[in-house]
Amino acid sequence: MFGQLIVSGLAVGACYALLALAMVIIYKTSEVLNFAQGEMAMISTFIAFTLLDTYQVPFPYALAITFLFAIVLAIFFEMVFLRQAKDPTVLGLIIITLGFEMVLMGFVGWKWGPDQRALPFPVSNIEAYTFYGLIISKINFWTLIVSLVLMLILFLFFRYTKLGIAMRATQQNQLAARVMGIRTKWIFSFTWAISSMVGAVAGMLIAAMGVLDPPMMMDPLLKGFASGVLGGMTSLPGAAVGGALLGVIENLFGGYVSLSFKSVVAFAIIVLMLCIKPSGLLAKHYVKKV
Amino acid sequence: MDIKRNYYEDIELFKSNTILVWSILFLIFLAILPWFIMKYHLLGLSIYIVNLIAVHAIVAIGLNILVGFTGQISMGHAGFFALGAFTAVILVLRWSFPLWIALPVAGFVSSAFGFILGLPALRLKGPYLAIATLGFGMTITTIIKRMEFFGGRMGLQAPKLELFGTPMKDIHYYYVIMVIAVLMTIGAVKLIKTRVGRAFIAIRDSDIAAEAMGVNLTYYKTLAFAVSAFYAGVAGGLYAFILGFINPESFHLIMSITFLAMVVVGGLGSVMGPICGATLMTYLDIKLQAIQDISLIGPALVTLSQKYMSIAGISNIAVIVYGLIMILIVLFEPLGIFGFWIRTKRYWKTWPF
Repeated sequence: MFGQLIVSGLAVGACYALLALAMVIIYKTSEVLNFAQGEMAMISTFIAFTLLDTYQVPFPYALAITFLFAIVLAIFFEMVFLRQAKDPTVLGLIIITLGFEMVLMGFVGWKWGPDQRALPFPVSNIEAYTFYGLIISKINFWTLIVSLVLMLILFLFFRYTKLGIAMRATQQNQLAARVMGIRTKWIFSFTWAISSMVGAVAGMLIAAMGVLDPPMMMDPLLKGFASGVLGGMTSLPGAAVGGALLGVIENLFGGYVSLSFKSVVAFAIIVLMLCIKPSGLLAKHYVKKV
Repeated sequence: MDIKRNYYEDIELFKSNTILVWSILFLIFLAILPWFIMKYHLLGLSIYIVNLIAVHAIVAIGLNILVGFTGQISMGHAGFFALGAFTAVILVLRWSFPLWIALPVAGFVSSAFGFILGLPALRLKGPYLAIATLGFGMTITTIIKRMEFFGGRMGLQAPKLELFGTPMKDIHYYYVIMVIAVLMTIGAVKLIKTRVGRAFIAIRDSDIAAEAMGVNLTYYKTLAFAVSAFYAGVAGGLYAFILGFINPESFHLIMSITFLAMVVVGGLGSVMGPICGATLMTYLDIKLQAIQDISLIGPALVTLSQKYMSIAGISNIAVIVYGLIMILIVLFEPLGIFGFWIRTKRYWKTWPF
C-alpha cells in the first residue's frame, strides 16, 4: 500500500514538476509569474489532439508540430503583449498573464466546445506493468521516464550549451549580460519558448492520464505553483524536487487521511512553506534592500 | 479651487457643492431607475442585471481597498464571496434568521477568514501573495463542495424571502441592495479619509517607510484583508438571494479574476473607479454571453462559428473579450477608467494650454 502510493504519487508529481519547471524558468529570468502557463499548455494539447484525431498525423510529426505551435504562441505573447508594458508593476504583469489566460481559455472553448475528449496517446492508460509486486500503469511509468529525460535535457542545456549559459547570465544580472554582448531581449523570447514547450509536454501527459477539456489545467496550475513554492521559485532542481514531493505527500494524505480533502494539501503546503521558509527548500534566500 | 485650508476640509465627504448636487442627482436617478427600466427596457437592461451590477460593485469596492489602497494582491475573492453567500443562505434556511441579521453575520464570517488569510500574507509580497490567495480561493470552494452541511456538490436553494407578507421580487431586492451599496460606498470613501485609510495608503507606497513612521503593519494589513473580505461577504449574501440558488462550482478561479479585472479596469486607488468597472464588465459579460442575439454581429458570428469553430462554445467570446480588455487596459491606461476621467478633467481645466 505504502509503496504503491509513493509510486503513483511520483508519477503525478512528475507532471506537477514539469509545470513548476515551466513557471520557474520564466520567473527566474523575467520575474513574471505566468498564470497563463496552464492554458498555454492546454491549447498546445488541443492542437496535438486535432492533429492526432482529426488529421490522423503520425505521433512524432504531431509532436513536432505541437512544439512548434507552443514556441510560436509563447514568443507571440512575450513580444506582442508583455514587452509592450512600460514600467509594469507586479500587479500589472499578473493582470496581463491572467488576461492572456482568459483569451486562450475562451478561444479553446469556442473552437473545441466544452465536451470532454480522450487524447489518442501511444501509451495506454489502462494497462499496467508490475515490478516486485508494485503495480504501475503504463502511462504513469512513461510519464516518469519522459519527465526525468526532459529534466536531464534541461539540466544539460543550462549547464553546457552557449545559449543556456547566456540564459543563466541574464538571470543573474541583466545589465552585465547586455554588456557582455548577450541579446537579452532574445533571451527572454527563448525562455518563454522553452517554458512553453515544457508546459506542452506536461499538458499532454496530464491529458493522457485523465481527460481533455477546457478547464483541465485549473487544478494542475495550482499544484504547479505549490511545487514551485515548495522547492523555491528561483531554483530549477527545486521545482523538480518540489513537484515530486507534492505528488507523494498529496497521495499519502489521500491514502491515509482523507481522500475527499486531498486537494487541500497543495494550499496547506503553500501557506506553511511561505510562512516557514519563503524562499523554498532549495533556493538561496536573498533579502531585498531598500 | 483645490486648495485645502484645514484638516476638516480634507476629510469632508463632499468636497464641493457641485459634487454634492451631482451625488443627490445620482441618488434620485438610482431611485427612479427601475421605473425607467420597466417602461423602456433601455439598453436591454433588466432589474436583475442592475442588481447583479450593484452586488459586483460592492465586491469591487472592497477588493479595491485591499488592492488599490493597501497594495496587496488577492486572487481569492471568489472564496470570500462564496463564504458570504453560503453563510447567509444557511442562516436564513436552517435557523430562519431575518435577512438584516444574516447579511452582517455573513460579512463578519468572511472577514474572520480574511483576517486568518491576512496573517500569512504579512510575510508575503507580490507574486507569492498572489499564489497564496489563489490557493485560498480554490481550496475554500473545494471544501464547501465536499461538505454535506453546505449542500455538497448540488449547492443550496436560497429560501424565498417575504416582505410584509408578500414574497420579495427583483424590484424589492433592488432597493435593499441599492441602500446597502450606497452605504458601503460612503463607508469606503470615509474609511480612506481616516487614520486607517491613510495607514493603508502608506503601506501601499512603502511598507518599510510606513513601519518606520509608526504604522503597525500586522494590524493594518490584516485589517485591510478583513475589511475587504467583509465587503465580499455581504455582497455574497446578496448575490445568493438575487440568484435564488448557489452552487460551489460557480465560485471558481475565473470569478476571482473577474473581480480583479473590475478593479483594474475601473481604476486602482479610487472608489468611483471600481463601480464603473463593475458596471462595464458585468454588463458586457451578460450581453456577450448571449452574443448570438445581438443584431448584425450575432448572425455573422454564428455563421463563422458553424464554419470554423463550435457553435456550443460561442458564449466563450465573452471570455476572450474580457481577457483582451484586461490586457489592453494594463498596456494603455494603467489607471483604468478613472485615469481616463482624470485626464479628461485636467484637459478641460487647463483648456487653452
